[in-house]
Amino acid sequence: MAVRVQEGAFDPGQAVNAMQAANVGVGAVVSFVGYVRDFNDGREVAGMFLEHYPGMTEKALAKIVAEAEQRWPLLKVEVLHRIGTLAPGEPIVFVGVASAHRQAAFAACDFIMDYLKTRAPFWKKETTGEGPRWVEGRQSDQDAAQRW
Amino acid sequence: MNVQVVYFARYRERLGLDGEALTGEFACVDDVRQALLARGEPYAVLAEQNLMCARNQDLCRLAEPLEEGDEVAFFPPVTGG
Repeated sequence: MAVRVQEGAFDPGQAVNAMQAANVGVGAVVSFVGYVRDFNDGREVAGMFLEHYPGMTEKALAKIVAEAEQRWPLLKVEVLHRIGTLAPGEPIVFVGVASAHRQAAFAACDFIMDYLKTRAPFWKKETTGEGPRWVEGRQSDQDAAQRW
Repeated sequence: MNVQVVYFARYRERLGLDGEALTGEFACVDDVRQALLARGEPYAVLAEQNLMCARNQDLCRLAEPLEEGDEVAFFPPVTGG
């Protein structure tokens, strides 16, 4: 079970393949990749800066993964989140979940993303034509996390 | 009692600082917030309804009790992922 917070880019394809990694007990891998979009809330986005709370970030992500492992029978979980400067089109976040069967992997991946969105201390600041702006938290993300 | 207060994102920018050491009688996280609010602007940003807080790097409620040397964080809703 790994949690990584890093400035460097990552390869989502490689990350997915590593989820099975010669473990023949794995019957299902579900993954989520989040990307920087070039448009948000009515403005073109030229780039993004991701701030975080060093120390708490890793702790919060590890807690979310531990809770997922308590709820579902999982064989491997990987959470990768970038910080610092990112350009449109770049992957920001990867969540991979491996299990014997698909139901647990689908549910756990969904759960981890919902909790990450509402409990992990990251903040996005977008660079737009009208200057930089902080992305505001969304009620729909709060509602999604309430489902669990 | 001494606590270390840290700020992030929009709050950090608004206050113009990453954090500060505070000394006073703080029974809970909200006591720290109230002491800061009493300073007036720009600390009024800590009155926002959706403010989030953490004690020793765990999310908590404003009523969370404090102990000597704790780290208290205030920040706007998180927007990762």
